[in-house]
Amino acid sequence: MKKLILLFTLVLPVALGAQEKKNKNAKANFEVSGNCEMCKMRIEKAALAVKGVKMATWNIPSNVISLIYDQNKVPLKTVQTEIAKVGHDTPLVKAENMVYDKLPMCCLYERMPEQKN
Amino acid sequence: MKKYIILLLSIYSFSVNAQETFSGTIFSKESNKNKPLEGANVFWLGTQVGSITDQNGNFSLPFTTEIKQLVISFLGFKTDTLTIEKNSALLEHILYEDASENLDEVTLTQRRKAIQKSYLAAQNIINVNSAELLKAACCNLSESFETNPSIDVSFSDALTGTKQIKMLGLTSPYLLITEENIPMVRGASQAYGLTFTPGTWIESIQITKGMGTVVNGYESIAGQINTEIKKPFSDVPLFFNFFTSANGRQEVNAHGNFKVNNKWSSGLFLHANQRTKEKDQNRDSFLDVPLAKQVNILNRWQYTDAEKGWVSFVSVRWMEDNKQIGEVGFNPELDRENNSLWGSEIQTNRFDSSLKVGYVFPEIPFQSFGFQSAYSNHKQKAYFGYRRYEIDQESFYANLLFNSIIGNTKNKFKAGLNFSFDQYLEKVDTFFFDRNDQSLGGFFEYSYDNLENFSLIGGIRLDIHNRLGTFITPRFHLRYLPKEKIIIRASVGSGRKAANIFAENQTLFGTNRLISIQQNGGLIYGLNPETAWNYGVSVRKIFSLWGGEGDITADYYITDFTDQVVVDWEEQGKISFYNLEGRSRANSFQLAVDYSPVKALSFRFAYKNYDVKTAYKSGFLQRPLQAQNRFFGNMGWETERKSNGAQWRWDLTYHALGKQRLVSSIRDGNGSYASAYGLWNSQLTRAFNTKLEVYAGVENLGDYTQKNPIIAADDPFGINFDSAQVYAPIFGRMLYSGLRWNL
Repeated sequence: MKKLILLFTLVLPVALGAQEKKNKNAKANFEVSGNCEMCKMRIEKAALAVKGVKMATWNIPSNVISLIYDQNKVPLKTVQTEIAKVGHDTPLVKAENMVYDKLPMCCLYERMPEQKN
Repeated sequence: MKKYIILLLSIYSFSVNAQETFSGTIFSKESNKNKPLEGANVFWLGTQVGSITDQNGNFSLPFTTEIKQLVISFLGFKTDTLTIEKNSALLEHILYEDASENLDEVTLTQRRKAIQKSYLAAQNIINVNSAELLKAACCNLSESFETNPSIDVSFSDALTGTKQIKMLGLTSPYLLITEENIPMVRGASQAYGLTFTPGTWIESIQITKGMGTVVNGYESIAGQINTEIKKPFSDVPLFFNFFTSANGRQEVNAHGNFKVNNKWSSGLFLHANQRTKEKDQNRDSFLDVPLAKQVNILNRWQYTDAEKGWVSFVSVRWMEDNKQIGEVGFNPELDRENNSLWGSEIQTNRFDSSLKVGYVFPEIPFQSFGFQSAYSNHKQKAYFGYRRYEIDQESFYANLLFNSIIGNTKNKFKAGLNFSFDQYLEKVDTFFFDRNDQSLGGFFEYSYDNLENFSLIGGIRLDIHNRLGTFITPRFHLRYLPKEKIIIRASVGSGRKAANIFAENQTLFGTNRLISIQQNGGLIYGLNPETAWNYGVSVRKIFSLWGGEGDITADYYITDFTDQVVVDWEEQGKISFYNLEGRSRANSFQLAVDYSPVKALSFRFAYKNYDVKTAYKSGFLQRPLQAQNRFFGNMGWETERKSNGAQWRWDLTYHALGKQRLVSSIRDGNGSYASAYGLWNSQLTRAFNTKLEVYAGVENLGDYTQKNPIIAADDPFGINFDSAQVYAPIFGRMLYSGLRWNL
């Protein structure tokens, strides 16, 4: 019981305090290519596997992922790298062709032409 | 409700502090006409600021000068990006279908099933929405489970016409019945409480089989039933319902909802029912169904501040219910408590009020607070022949809940505190049983979801109760998908409750049995509390067959009582209450199949087997009046809704009950069983448009009734009189019809 209350009272101020420091709960939105429910699961799983990412919701119709993440722990590019690793293109990092080709049929989204700069 | 969720979801995205709002309407082209497009995404490019269009295609967003590109997208349509220079006028925009996208598999057109078994939750939760509730003949919560195989409906006695519900072979006192997560049907209201919630008020019902969450308390043993009442914010502005049945029952419901401003909305729900004609089909000189009158009023206020993340409900409710049962021609004024005619009156007054406040942190939507508090006062006065029973319960309940995550949204937790206080003033004949119960508890529930094929919930609570003692309640659930479309669930946990022996077994007053309480120094009527462990597994497989979709579920639950207040009807002329000495368990197996070969047609079948055995003084016996085998079948058919909403709906339900053990009596002798039987119900609904529906149906189509429902009906003041040994309907074929109209 004591522990429980302790936990309860601990979590609360931490969370409230966190709100003021914007960078601890930074928001980001960017497009991630994909098609379906399976893509959604794969993309969100990859994003959440990154330490510091607290919430990741990928919207199927808009292809936009909404993130809440701790900027102290992880730069946004790392998240994009991790998403690209499972086969989905992001604005900064594109997926390897090898990985993309192995996606299930329903997930084979239309890829943008390669832009090399 | 859907709108409400969407709204709540979209509020999280307001990160820009904007004073101005930018609004407009999105259309699609349908046979050259502009049709409002519901559910389109509208957002400022590169931001989280977005919204979804409502059913009229309308949206509104905070206006920002920094970003000028507005993106409008919808699956199956070409995404448009517009440049908005100034917020000068309402935007009207048409989205065009994208022919290049193959839309065969779009799920948007799929209608929601009336009964939804959860796919993602670790608990075995069945959600029953209002479409399913319309299939029931009538009229209140106790009658809402006729088309649901997980809950068995039986008859509590031959006098009051009350339906009793059972889950896993255990009666409703072993279920935690909540209304919007506030414990509702408990203590004094246990016998008739389910009849005090009119069916039309119900938005949806969630049924949890086996151990539920620890959040709502320690009382649930066999399962939980939660009822969501319609929300003023999302309900239709005006609704009327009339119902009349051949057994003389008339009901009327009227709901009105209005929006005070964009934050406050209010709903007024009125219900009245009555039965004024005396009915005695079986000519046993007793009324088959009571003469009754009920008035029920609910007023609720909803506050929603989407931008700041606040939601609140304030509800006030008042109910008065009067029943008269007993012999035909009984006149309370003349015949009350003299032995010319046997009669009874049950009067209930109930007042409920509740306050709920929820807050979602707008910046971090995975974190929220909830506070609930409720006060109720339940007063019941009754006499049954010479017997008297009065109970007055005053309750206060409060619950504080905090939700958040550990690391990320795969690891969530809930923590909180509950407080409850109950004051009981109870009078049985000339004996007083008054008591106060109070408890304070804290809980912590952790849930993990790997987002793919595995999730678990572990909950624990600690309660300090002045009569049940200080105890820990652990509960654990897990869900695993070994492969796609197969879901395995398991649960284990404990529960504990104080047995309100008279309130839970009010049918005993419809008998002249001698009441015996074999006290052992416990703190509740001299008895110890009931404690049990519940273990369950279920396997569900989703399949496709002949172009249709279906699923098959098998589940097995064991409820093992470590202590129980045994209700012993075995001895003639006597009812005994005593704490368990020996074993008591309820094992239940269910195999259910849902299948919809084409969109218009659906089938549901279930076989159930119950093995509910208790160590009575006279031996380890099956619980009386419990069919060990039950079969359920339901067929539903509905035509596709025309554009104006016109539709036909028909459904047919069959219940088969195997033989039931009877306690010994002058009617049934020793060691006898009631024979197996089946019941048919059917209903036909015609929707003329989205606003007006009429329905007609028949219950007990096969006209099956129990021959002598009341033992010694000819001698109601004698020792053998007993109206509680009921195993089949008392009333034969019953026709009914009704009308629903909304604005």
